[in-house]
Amino acid sequence: MTDAVAVGAPVSERAAGYWTGVWRRLRRDPVSIVCALILAALVLSAVFAPWLGFADPYEGSMTDRLKPVGSPGYILGSDELGRDMLSRLIYGGRLTLFLGIAPVVAAFVIGTFLGLVAGYVGGLTNTLIMRTVDVFFAFPSILLAIAISGALGAGIVNSLVSLSIVFIPPIARVAESVTASVRSLDYVDAARASGAGDFTIVRVHVLGNVMGPIFVYATSLTSVCMIIAAGLSFLGLGVRPPEPEWGLMLNTLRTAIYINPMVAALPGVMIFITSLCLNLLSDGLRSAMNVR
Amino acid sequence: MSAESLPSTLGLPDRGGPRQPLIDARDLTCHFPVRGGVMGSKRVVRAVDGVSFSIAKGETLGVVGESGCGKSTTARLLIGLIPPTGGSILYDGQELGADLSLRELRRGVQMVFQDSYASLNPRLTVEDSIAFGPMVNGVERGEARRIARDLLERIGLDPGRFAGRYPHELSGGQRQRVNIGRALAMRPSLVILDEAVSALDKSVEAQVLNLLADLRRDFDLTYMFISHDLNVVRFVSDQLMVMYLGEVVEIGPAETLRVEHRHPYTSALFAAMPSMDPDRRTESPPLAGDPPNPIDPPSGCRFHTRCPFAEPVCGRTVPRLREVATDMPHRVACHMGDPESGHQGAGL
Repeated sequence: MTDAVAVGAPVSERAAGYWTGVWRRLRRDPVSIVCALILAALVLSAVFAPWLGFADPYEGSMTDRLKPVGSPGYILGSDELGRDMLSRLIYGGRLTLFLGIAPVVAAFVIGTFLGLVAGYVGGLTNTLIMRTVDVFFAFPSILLAIAISGALGAGIVNSLVSLSIVFIPPIARVAESVTASVRSLDYVDAARASGAGDFTIVRVHVLGNVMGPIFVYATSLTSVCMIIAAGLSFLGLGVRPPEPEWGLMLNTLRTAIYINPMVAALPGVMIFITSLCLNLLSDGLRSAMNVR
Repeated sequence: MSAESLPSTLGLPDRGGPRQPLIDARDLTCHFPVRGGVMGSKRVVRAVDGVSFSIAKGETLGVVGESGCGKSTTARLLIGLIPPTGGSILYDGQELGADLSLRELRRGVQMVFQDSYASLNPRLTVEDSIAFGPMVNGVERGEARRIARDLLERIGLDPGRFAGRYPHELSGGQRQRVNIGRALAMRPSLVILDEAVSALDKSVEAQVLNLLADLRRDFDLTYMFISHDLNVVRFVSDQLMVMYLGEVVEIGPAETLRVEHRHPYTSALFAAMPSMDPDRRTESPPLAGDPPNPIDPPSGCRFHTRCPFAEPVCGRTVPRLREVATDMPHRVACHMGDPESGHQGAGL
């Protein structure tokens, strides 16, 4: 009970809502705040890249290839075709972040639905859904993503689809176990005893109590998704050149690793920073959401 | 409060009059299938096995027994949270499933659970938790909130201070009061208190018990009071029902049972009560061991494996729940109470 709103506190007539409390606890965690700021900066710069006055990420210069970090005109150097690395990294964030977040959002919606149904209904429905999910879960996620992407063919849309499929099973699993545990709590029984239908019970009593843990888990998947998306691009199954995307950039620049290791490592550094921040933030979120 | 008009969708009107039992459970049975053994053979847990009892209007039926004896399952059967495997429930003379739908039954029967924390949704304010039941039954939000605030007042929590609180901001006693309020919001006639005060401190427990007594008077309630604490049950009950391994072993007026209980198991329960008088210490050792597995209950009398008076007949024949004397409300299921059973102690 570390709650500031202690029992009998006369100050607050109406206690603050759940999310206000989460925000208050999150705010006191400096690591989470720094990570959130870094992520916000990355997202904002990616979204508003065209209006921030960076060099054209597609235009190269044969004379300025593989400039080292700190060269005049190329703050973060240039790649093997003489394109500005800073600009490509910023623009690359657009695709990379999109490929990291969109599949997780899709998987979050579908996986939560599947897990909720399986966990709440139980019985045969549960067995059918969860065993099917387990079949997909049996494959390592990278292998599954490569297999599906390979079958569907290269391209952004196909990698979105394959990544979504990859992340449905783990989210469905978490959703199922959280739902099953909430379902067995007395307040669900009490709601049933007051004559509420299943739909009302799920909406009022289950959904709000399972969304938190699932959401936190999904947040932590975003970084994994980004890495796998980058991996797909690296293998030539995702984004195609000349699109800037961190995984693809890492791939094309790896030949330059002996010539200019700093520049070649930069896309990897970006992936590293982003996924680290996402993981730390979801950790902070998890502890902030733990009410008790 | 009780004089004001209430939404008609809450509660059920009294149909049978005061002499009609509110609840008449007949031969209630609840078997849970369990997948057991290497061969995956289907076996059953006999959680409740042929339990019959009735609760008169305005009375309190106390139910005692060790954990796992089927007390809670019986409660859940009565409120329709578990479908019975067999037997029937009559509410105010109407049979559940035939004359009365489950939804209607739940307007007449409500329950307060033991775990005050787990029985409140942590994401709903106290007011919303209480208002939920009425709203589900078609009462509009404003009206439901008003009912909730009235009830908060009645259960001793100032609505101005507590209506907007979340469960984790309340103490255990306060939460249990809210649970009682939540049950009462449906305007039930029967409230099942499943170990409702067992988890509370003794002083808080007394407060809540007094509150329950007041509410019983004000709302014309009938209680089914489930507990393992004989001291408390004795204090609140008019009738007492002792259960062992899914069966009723003794039932009758609470005072009668206290003074002249007939079943060895009831004796053991009373003997196990800590004595308040240092000159009258409990000398006899309490029952040894755990109750047998309800998957494979002992043959004959289920208590014979732990009974100090067990004789061969006890392992062979199932004792019937019979009246101690003709037309007595006190009934016991023991061969010693049946002169024709062949038990040495019979008729003593």
